[in-house]
Amino acid sequence: MSGPGNGSEVVIVGGGVTGLSAGWWLARSGVKVTVLDKFIVGWEASGRNGGGASHYQSPLFDEEQRMWPQMDELLGYPTEHRSGRIIIAMTERQWEQYRFVAERHHRLGHPVEVLDTKQVQDAVPLAGDTCFGGVHYKFGGHANPQRTVQAYAWALQDLGGTIIQHSPVTGFETAGGKVTAVKTANATYGCDSVVVAAGPQIPALMAQLGVTVPLAPARAEMIITEPAPMMPIGGVDGHKLYGRQTLRGNLAYGGGPHEWLDMDATGPQARPSTPLMRNLASRLAELLPKAAHLNVIRSWAGVIENTPDGRPILDRLTSPDNVVVASMSGVGFGLSPASGHAIRDLVIDGSCSFADLDILKLSRFDTLEADWRQKRGWMPIA
Amino acid sequence: MDLNFTGTDLCAIVGTRSATEAKYDVVVVGAGPSGIAAATEAAGSGSTVLLVDENPVSGALMGNDVPLYFGGRMNAATQNSARMLEAVFMSMPALETAMEAGVEVQLGVTAWGVYRNGPGVQSLPAQVVGLADAERSWLVGFDRIVLATGARDLAMAFPGWNQPGVMGAAALQMLLTRYDAFAGHRVLILGSHDLALETALLARERGVQVAGMVEVREQPQGSDALIAKVTAEGIAIHCATTIASAKGGLEGVEAATLTNGETIDCDTICVAVGLVPSIELVDAMHGPRVLDAMRGGYVPGGEATVSAVGLCAGLPDIGFDHIAYRMEWMAALSAISADDTIICQCEEVTRADLLGVQPPNYLARPAPMCARSLETLLHDGPANPDQIKRLTRAGMGVCQGRRCRDQVAMLLAIASDKPFGTIPLASHRAPVRPLPLKILADWNEPAAMTVAWDVWFGIPTQWVPVEDIGTVHEDEHRAMLYTGMYE
Repeated sequence: MSGPGNGSEVVIVGGGVTGLSAGWWLARSGVKVTVLDKFIVGWEASGRNGGGASHYQSPLFDEEQRMWPQMDELLGYPTEHRSGRIIIAMTERQWEQYRFVAERHHRLGHPVEVLDTKQVQDAVPLAGDTCFGGVHYKFGGHANPQRTVQAYAWALQDLGGTIIQHSPVTGFETAGGKVTAVKTANATYGCDSVVVAAGPQIPALMAQLGVTVPLAPARAEMIITEPAPMMPIGGVDGHKLYGRQTLRGNLAYGGGPHEWLDMDATGPQARPSTPLMRNLASRLAELLPKAAHLNVIRSWAGVIENTPDGRPILDRLTSPDNVVVASMSGVGFGLSPASGHAIRDLVIDGSCSFADLDILKLSRFDTLEADWRQKRGWMPIA
Repeated sequence: MDLNFTGTDLCAIVGTRSATEAKYDVVVVGAGPSGIAAATEAAGSGSTVLLVDENPVSGALMGNDVPLYFGGRMNAATQNSARMLEAVFMSMPALETAMEAGVEVQLGVTAWGVYRNGPGVQSLPAQVVGLADAERSWLVGFDRIVLATGARDLAMAFPGWNQPGVMGAAALQMLLTRYDAFAGHRVLILGSHDLALETALLARERGVQVAGMVEVREQPQGSDALIAKVTAEGIAIHCATTIASAKGGLEGVEAATLTNGETIDCDTICVAVGLVPSIELVDAMHGPRVLDAMRGGYVPGGEATVSAVGLCAGLPDIGFDHIAYRMEWMAALSAISADDTIICQCEEVTRADLLGVQPPNYLARPAPMCARSLETLLHDGPANPDQIKRLTRAGMGVCQGRRCRDQVAMLLAIASDKPFGTIPLASHRAPVRPLPLKILADWNEPAAMTVAWDVWFGIPTQWVPVEDIGTVHEDEHRAMLYTGMYE
């Protein structure tokens, strides 16, 4: 691809948080971008997640941490980002596990503090006195997924990018080892490069280009309460739950069992929640006993695609050589400020300028066994 | 990392769900006349039948206008749950007949969700309904479920509507009859179709003064017989006008001003423009539904194991276009509303912020944000109430849009110049009644679920820090953190 500013065009398939961030980063570099979405931006997992922004396991983590505090200002729209997280242990085993993680952060130089029960209660007034203790990450944080996806979308429009909603991509046109256009039912969008960031629909789309992308979709659930008094730190996890207190005060939490689904080429038909919400409710009432009287007002579910090793695929292919495949494998929201930057680099420069993305290459699955889903027990219920 | 797959993902929800407590051939939700009749009939044909009704609901819920739009006009009697239980039971003599026919009746029990397998979920061992009382929640299996959940009030915003004393017709009728607990004395009724006329007559019959009725159209809308009765009672129907504002004090409404300049003293303003079939359970279970303007809005589409009876199935079709009527009201009220008129009471979303798709006041509004509006959003595609909700928080509060869901859709239709039927219905999700964590909670988490409960998918490689891959620390992470699908 030639340099920015000369009318070159990138079509992004999928208006989730990853595709939108990539579009925003490309637009910031003066690239003319079009994002195609099957429905409304952020309608699937990008707008249905826990809003966590602390994925320290990723090669993108440092860039994620650098970007988040600037995002509201750079985008021009509120994301509700707040820094810091506290992880509370409600069992002896969790206490052992969370302290192990804290130790690991010490080793890598991430600022953490181990809290006793009293310190947990000071920082998290809704916590009770039955917890074993907590770990305070002085990094990471959380944001509002729904507001953030719309912020990316609007910011990229403000930079001259285009978003086409209600337009599922049906296929591609190729010539000379490149994708030359992306097709929807009503239009064909010529392009110099393509980013395929369509979540669970990636395998079906990439199969049209002769590329196998191993992904398994699953459904996961969350609940939300009416507002609680604001806590000093809203990013409170623990008891094997993830979640946050919104800036309005609601407690939004998920975790626990998931359900593997069939791959559907056109995307999820429905996102039902189940009586699992009762188990989420009991865990949340145990984690934050002083919130036990609060009403649960809603539940929801989302469909998340997973790679065989749970690590993202962020890769510019060799054939067709103008295609970047991007699946964040269930950890995409928090990493989005960095994943978009990485995709921008892959599209424009061919490689990432700020991190080594070798472990995220698609080719790591070249020798993957055909029955990888069966082997892992990642099969839908017959 | 050496992974030995077992072919089973312990963290997946396969056979680890909490058990149901009971199973009935038929569960009927709602003990109004239609629900009682359906339950009695099913029991008569030899089925085991459970009939649940959420009434009496707690005073706290009523204070949030759940399930009906009570507008804070219930009296202190509603705080006495024993008295309320008796009042509700005594108000329904047919319940005794049902019980004699073998129906198991549970009052004060809410049905908050119905679940069965379908697109996106195959992990349910049986179709179940989630129930709850004031103490706890539980699951009950069924072969067939009959929804007799009635209809709820269509609320409408106007300046001053967000104060005690503005309420709905279904709520007023409930307080006047089953609860016998209405706290108002003098009521002004908005609307003049049968619902409004019947409400006026009922109020008069129960000794409540009716200060008048207000009709946006040129003529009273209801049946000639009802209009004649109301007129005979000396109740004035003010036509071709609408309410301009409600004035009030500490106790709420004290008077209403009409657009024709009249001021009418009243302590209650009853919005009796329309009822909406209560299809929350159908919608939350992804059941089929159709919009039927003659029957009050979206009604259940009907399925083999799920049926609807009574007003839940739709208002009686008497050839009256309810949607056209309420749209006319909405247009008139919208025209007299101000920028700062609250549309969503729970989240205090104003009309200007709703139509400007602006975030709540606790968030900054930089210049790009201020430049956005419904108009700019419409360039990207048709208006969707769930998207508007995400951006503005309208409908995101504890009442979950019971007061504003319908009027937001109507406002979006008006603002985008589209027919009401083209605006998608904002989604309903379980629990369809607000339920405290400690009551919704399953305090007996199955052991198999506890053992494999992971914060996310239980994929060990996902949580190994990139710096530790290929080092001695990699296996430490796996040993410490994982219980999932690996040996």
